[in-house]
Amino acid sequence: MSTKSSRAAGRLMLSPAVLVLLGWMIVPLVMTLYFSFQRYNLLMPGMQEFAGLMNYEFFVTDPAFTAAMLNTLILVGGVLVLSVFGGIFLALLLDQPIYGINVIRILVITPFFVMPTVSALVWKNMFMNPVNGILAWLATSVGLQPVDFLAHVPLLSVVIIVTWQWLPFATLILLTALQSLDRDQLEAADMDGAGPRAKFFEIILPHLARAITVVILIETIFLLSVFAEILVTTNGGPGTGSTNLTYLIYMQSLLQFDVGMGSAGGVVAILLANIVAIFLMRMIGRNLEA
Amino acid sequence: MAHLSQKRHVPLSILAWVIALAMAFPVLWTLVTSFKTEAVAVAIPPRFLDFDWTLENYRTVLRRSDYALHFWNSVIISVGSTLLAMLFCIPAAWSMAFVPGRHTKNILMWMLSTKMLPPVGVLVPIYLLFREWGLLDTRIGLIIVLGLMNLPIIVWMLYTYFKEIPGEILEAARTDGAGLTSEILFILAPLALPGIASTVLLNIILAWNEAFWTINLTASSAAPLTAFIASYSSPQGLFYAKLSAASIMAIAPIMILGWFCQKQLVRGLTFGAVK
Repeated sequence: MSTKSSRAAGRLMLSPAVLVLLGWMIVPLVMTLYFSFQRYNLLMPGMQEFAGLMNYEFFVTDPAFTAAMLNTLILVGGVLVLSVFGGIFLALLLDQPIYGINVIRILVITPFFVMPTVSALVWKNMFMNPVNGILAWLATSVGLQPVDFLAHVPLLSVVIIVTWQWLPFATLILLTALQSLDRDQLEAADMDGAGPRAKFFEIILPHLARAITVVILIETIFLLSVFAEILVTTNGGPGTGSTNLTYLIYMQSLLQFDVGMGSAGGVVAILLANIVAIFLMRMIGRNLEA
Repeated sequence: MAHLSQKRHVPLSILAWVIALAMAFPVLWTLVTSFKTEAVAVAIPPRFLDFDWTLENYRTVLRRSDYALHFWNSVIISVGSTLLAMLFCIPAAWSMAFVPGRHTKNILMWMLSTKMLPPVGVLVPIYLLFREWGLLDTRIGLIIVLGLMNLPIIVWMLYTYFKEIPGEILEAARTDGAGLTSEILFILAPLALPGIASTVLLNIILAWNEAFWTINLTASSAAPLTAFIASYSSPQGLFYAKLSAASIMAIAPIMILGWFCQKQLVRGLTFGAVK
């Protein structure tokens, strides 16, 4: 179909993108891997030597690592559960014949466009502040003790903020998928006397399966890297109360200048993300063939 | 379309409005607070709409000479990184969509896989390289990083758009003896333009809100709004109203863009898996 010259031109047009991306991936990756085997701290210049697996050993046996892994798991898992279930519910609701759907859509998607530092600061000060926050006022007006969110439930606070940002994404994707559902199928089910339960589990949920998987996998990739929300609200604390893996590595490399340890952490983070990525790639690859 | 035949549902409409307003409430509340004086902003019980509205906070924030700098940094970095990436991506996506080879699918999948690399995994080397090359706290440094970071998404989005351009048009043009240049200029460009425009918009949004590299690779002079707003995290006390005004100015332009790009957003962020 395509001529020899157009194939050559095609390769010529493709190669710049491939080359820069290859460089962007390989160079830092090799450097991270190299540094992870070095004893190298920017505060001690001139002292750099091969360290074997020392960095990995220190990184993995540090109690902060266990805490960070657990926090990462809770943060990713918590936001996933809340945004997927909430997203399915909201998508079903917004798919009903309701008044003002266009304005409602805009209101619902709005949080997704707020930059992470703004949403973290707004929640921290105007909502979660134990004295002046809206949530404290709500609590006292129904006779409850206000909660100092960031001090007492730091991880839950981060989960709330991040869920607020990602629930709109899940809703939008699932609503889009829902709207491509063949209405005749539902009407046929109606005529067969299927109840709403049967319709949901037999028709709607299977139809949404692919969109749900996409939402889970894409959110996971982004949620593993949550950073600004933690930096702005809790700085990972109190203690390691809300430190995730990304934040731990940031602290070790840019606050303690430990290049070796930070790099070892980086390698661990890459391995973790790869496990998720394998599933995502398989899914999208299948989709590409379809 | 099916909705036209159905009667609109009042209780469900009320429920949907309540939830939608609750979800947008933090943004609406920030908007309202930005028009308050600092004293009213921290009043308990909160004052919702019955207060003396003022534009003073916007004036104060705009008077800070650095606000304009950070705003322009955001504009230059998000637009610059998107355009830089487009320079590489349009030819690449074009060739994969119209002259697919044996390896096209593998290349696409590999490009996507680089996006899965967590940024923190390469934080140390990028930081050290930037320090070495004097790129720390420069706009050009961030333009390069954000451009490279979003390159896979841009290629994918363009690819899914280009794929929808019917190949027969091209073949017809080729049999008519159109050369490569006229093929691109007169046939593909007009058809591809809407897809390119959507891709540009979505990526400006993504780059505008990027908050890992922008915070870690800038200090002051090249800091975009994400990093500038983060610097508000330390002061306590009477600053809610000014914080709100600064926040609204930081998110408003991109939010309005975003409302118009909902469809592209779905498609771009799911790599064409959900349309």
